[in-house]
Amino acid sequence: MIKTQNLRVEFNVREPVKSVKVAVVGLNLHVQQGEVFGFLGPNGAGKTTTMNVLLGFNNATSGDAWLFGENVRDPIARQRIGYLPELTYYYKFLTVEELLRFYARIFKIPRAETARRIDAVLKLVELEHARKRLIKTYSKGMQQRVGLAQALINDPDLLILDEPTSGLDPVGRMKVRQIIQRLRDEGKTVFFSSHELGEVETICDRVAIMHQGELKVEGRVSELAQKHQCNLEQLFLKVIGY
Amino acid sequence: MNNIFAIAGIVIKELYRRKDAYVLFILTALICLVMGSVNIFNDDKIVRYLKEICLLLIWLCSLVIAIATTARQIPMERENRTLFPLLAKPLTRTQLLLGKFVGCWIACGLALLCFYTFFGVLAASREHHWPLVNYLQAAGLHWVMLGVVIAFTLLGSLIFAAPSSNATIGFVLVAFILVLGRHLNKVAIHLPEPRRSLLYTLDYIIPHLEFFDVRDLIIHDWPPLAWRVCGLATLYATAYAGAFLLAACLIFRRKALN
Repeated sequence: MIKTQNLRVEFNVREPVKSVKVAVVGLNLHVQQGEVFGFLGPNGAGKTTTMNVLLGFNNATSGDAWLFGENVRDPIARQRIGYLPELTYYYKFLTVEELLRFYARIFKIPRAETARRIDAVLKLVELEHARKRLIKTYSKGMQQRVGLAQALINDPDLLILDEPTSGLDPVGRMKVRQIIQRLRDEGKTVFFSSHELGEVETICDRVAIMHQGELKVEGRVSELAQKHQCNLEQLFLKVIGY
Repeated sequence: MNNIFAIAGIVIKELYRRKDAYVLFILTALICLVMGSVNIFNDDKIVRYLKEICLLLIWLCSLVIAIATTARQIPMERENRTLFPLLAKPLTRTQLLLGKFVGCWIACGLALLCFYTFFGVLAASREHHWPLVNYLQAAGLHWVMLGVVIAFTLLGSLIFAAPSSNATIGFVLVAFILVLGRHLNKVAIHLPEPRRSLLYTLDYIIPHLEFFDVRDLIIHDWPPLAWRVCGLATLYATAYAGAFLLAACLIFRRKALN
């Protein structure tokens, strides 16, 4: 599903001194089909940079990345993915229905199928009552759900979520967890980054922990716990040097 | 093409939901109506001056709509972070850029249709005749000219960080070309080298937007242009718009978004 090979991402930094910041170093990642994969690390570890390369927002300095065997630079690689960014902003002058119809058109979903999918995702994220309202009138929680709806509109085989529970109340977090578990039951692959280690431990099959751009630990949650004789939070702190 | 028109549809929807264009249209309509009701010295020929002022207003408003709408397209997508969920779809950056261009151009075309229709009805009510071919040619060439303006504003939005600076530079460039464009070669003749060559080069490089200003066709009721001339002018505009869009695509393709 997701594969990276010796991925390296560097950025030119101008201030205070002109230099090169290495955000990701020699990343070799492999996410299998049907698994829920937790991508962990402290702030600045390189998680979002890695996601940006997978989604084609930034180019890797060296190395390669593939989605479904297609190079991430090819837009066809994104045909079967859904992406939920950390900060959810959508066209405020549109209604959620119009937004979903727009994205469905980009995915080339036929009209009849689009109507059915829109009904289904709006029901899933509980936004049916607000489908005709402009997004600018939505609360933060509702906007997060719009994000989830647009990530699911094409019935993706791979869902990439950047901190999906960030800013949500406990009920919202529970609903996101339920959606992730449901997607796993349907055989979908979920790749997400999160700081909620308790959540990650509950729902993830495998995890990877990044620190200072390097992949420090990768493996099944249960195996890592057994090998290091500690829970995920303790392992995380050990890896980042606390 | 499907993606390009999908994005164009969003641009048009934004323009009419933001209501900016309505403000300009209402202002122009009010000014035209007030001036159209004036009958100074009982002179029918005064209508010619009124037409000149009204058409100038239409040109100014259309340029404001074109430049202001286009200058904020890509920067606002980045600032509002709507660019990321969009580019996470199977959509190339070239398609996004072309969609923005087509959307802004069609939106300007719709605005021009409203302006020219309103103006035409108002002028016809005073003059009791309506040279339809003249209006079609003037509006068509005006729309084609706006395509060039939109293309270089889109290129500017990828070069300049702030939409306001891009819009200001766009307005200054358009004003320079419209006012001084036709005089560059006349000034160049009188200059010594190397300034003469520089000015001639500039004269050849810039898109001569003044070629598309055929307001006199309407103001003075001149005979319409030959359609071959309109066709050549359209090709000229297409070439320049194409060059600006190509440059924009090449810049945007490799630009880091984060």
